[in-house]
Amino acid sequence: MIHRPALGRKLADRLVKVVSACGALLGILALAWILLVVIQKGAAAINWEFFLHRTLPTGEPGGGVGNAILGSALLVGLAVAFGVPIGLMVGVYLAEFGRETRLGAAVRFSANVMMGIPSIIVGLFVYTLIVVPTHTFSGWAGALALAILMLPVVARTTEDMLQLVPNALRESALALGSPRWKVTFHIVFRAAKVGLLTGVLLAIARISGETAPLLFTALNSPYWSTTLNGPVANLPVTIFNYAMSPYDDWVRLAWGASLLITVGVLALNISSRFILRRSSHE
Amino acid sequence: MLNAERSMNNGRMIQHAINRRRLLRMERLRASTPEPGPVRAAADPPPAPKTPPKLSVRNLNFYYGKNQALVDNSIDIAGNQVTAIIGPSGCGKSTHIRIYNRIFELYRDQRAEGTVLLDGENILSPEVDVIELRRKVGMIFQKPTPFPLSIFENVAYGLRMHYRMSRNELSGRVEAALRQAALWDEVKDLLDRPGMALSGGQQQRLCIARAVAVEPEVILMDEPTAAIDPIATSKIEDLIEELEEKYTIVIVTHNMQQAARISDFTAFFYQGRIVEFGPTELIFTKPAMKQTEDYVTGRFG
Repeated sequence: MIHRPALGRKLADRLVKVVSACGALLGILALAWILLVVIQKGAAAINWEFFLHRTLPTGEPGGGVGNAILGSALLVGLAVAFGVPIGLMVGVYLAEFGRETRLGAAVRFSANVMMGIPSIIVGLFVYTLIVVPTHTFSGWAGALALAILMLPVVARTTEDMLQLVPNALRESALALGSPRWKVTFHIVFRAAKVGLLTGVLLAIARISGETAPLLFTALNSPYWSTTLNGPVANLPVTIFNYAMSPYDDWVRLAWGASLLITVGVLALNISSRFILRRSSHE
Repeated sequence: MLNAERSMNNGRMIQHAINRRRLLRMERLRASTPEPGPVRAAADPPPAPKTPPKLSVRNLNFYYGKNQALVDNSIDIAGNQVTAIIGPSGCGKSTHIRIYNRIFELYRDQRAEGTVLLDGENILSPEVDVIELRRKVGMIFQKPTPFPLSIFENVAYGLRMHYRMSRNELSGRVEAALRQAALWDEVKDLLDRPGMALSGGQQQRLCIARAVAVEPEVILMDEPTAAIDPIATSKIEDLIEELEEKYTIVIVTHNMQQAARISDFTAFFYQGRIVEFGPTELIFTKPAMKQTEDYVTGRFG
């Protein structure tokens, strides 16, 4: 047996450690940098007008993104109303009823594929499905596109969270004469509720900054949206339009809107971690 | 030498447990409880007991996928008695009692063949209402499994499912069940606390309360004290002796002294077959089969 010199082994060990630490640092650095820039440039735009006024046409000074905030809230809210119940049901099927069935395997595979589909393709799909036949961009189409993006995320996290519930709990509820659906909704859901809530929060975080699927569907609007039958103002597309405009006040508003979305997504992530940690201490 | 000593010691403790049991039984006989006739080795056709058995199992086979786990199990379980099922790990004890309430059906690849008559009705028949069957045949598991609900709601869960009753009546029934499980005095002021907050032994008694609340006829216990400390175990054993007055109990146990202490009949399982079945006293003192003797004297298992 030939012994490699100890020095070489130690060096290799040290090298791997340093390289992986650098990688980790770079990852954190990217997030810190983005946050820093967004706060630096966006903070100046945040004032009452930013939240309360609507976007104004070129040439008119001032204005805010109030209509885009409201529109985004509407679109995301509607997407949650569509996507979460269906996603939960898919997750229930995968974890409780279709665990070893062929249909279950097919559904799980397509959910995984759907998570990997670029969001712009979902936008185009809804465009041909709804916008073309109705001859108008609409809030409904935007919400549908976001719901489709949400669906696989909610379905898979639901499945994972329900599978963490021990079978002993299902058995003991069944052994009392509980029908299967009651076991699922009264006992298993309750045992997994923190995980389910976390999954929903993360799915909301995932869709709230999506731009591409809204470009073809909800489009954008300079007005306060009173109906979902026409284009609806929203933050991501407003950022897209304003950031590339030549007007300084529009660029400033785009930074402000970026800050708003970044802080919102960060808050969703942090609160979901907080909820998870608090429940694991109990 | 050492082995012989160990098995002698073991024998003494089992003898002590049986004597204690014999006293209890005589007391009860004086209260003139009807006794079913003793049943001998499984190989013989079981003689007809004086009162019909609560559960009558014939030619029961069980499969995990293609693996056969139980082979031709036949046994009569007497009503209002404690029947213990003993045997080495993996011999099919738990598998056997999991058929009595059809809980195995939760898993797609598990399959039972044969007949299990509960008061003369074959519970394996597809027409049987599984929900009603499980109300009649309750189960306690190895690990206590309180629901993620309050102590009160844990016990009320089954009651709400099977009966319609007023709030008042519900509280009364919950209290009665907790009293039956000898838990009421410890939890009467904590009814709104989560069931998970109780100690392991208390959690198991909560599970027993939950099971007796729906007024079952048979209670299956799958190593109910395996995950519980000795003091809590003795509380549960006392409880089982009280429950015997009202319910038919089938208990799977790894602990032979426990079987001797609490059971009237004992079945010895080995490799999916019922090797011997009879009055606990006979199984532990004069077993008919060599394998049974080897197991109860601690020579294997």
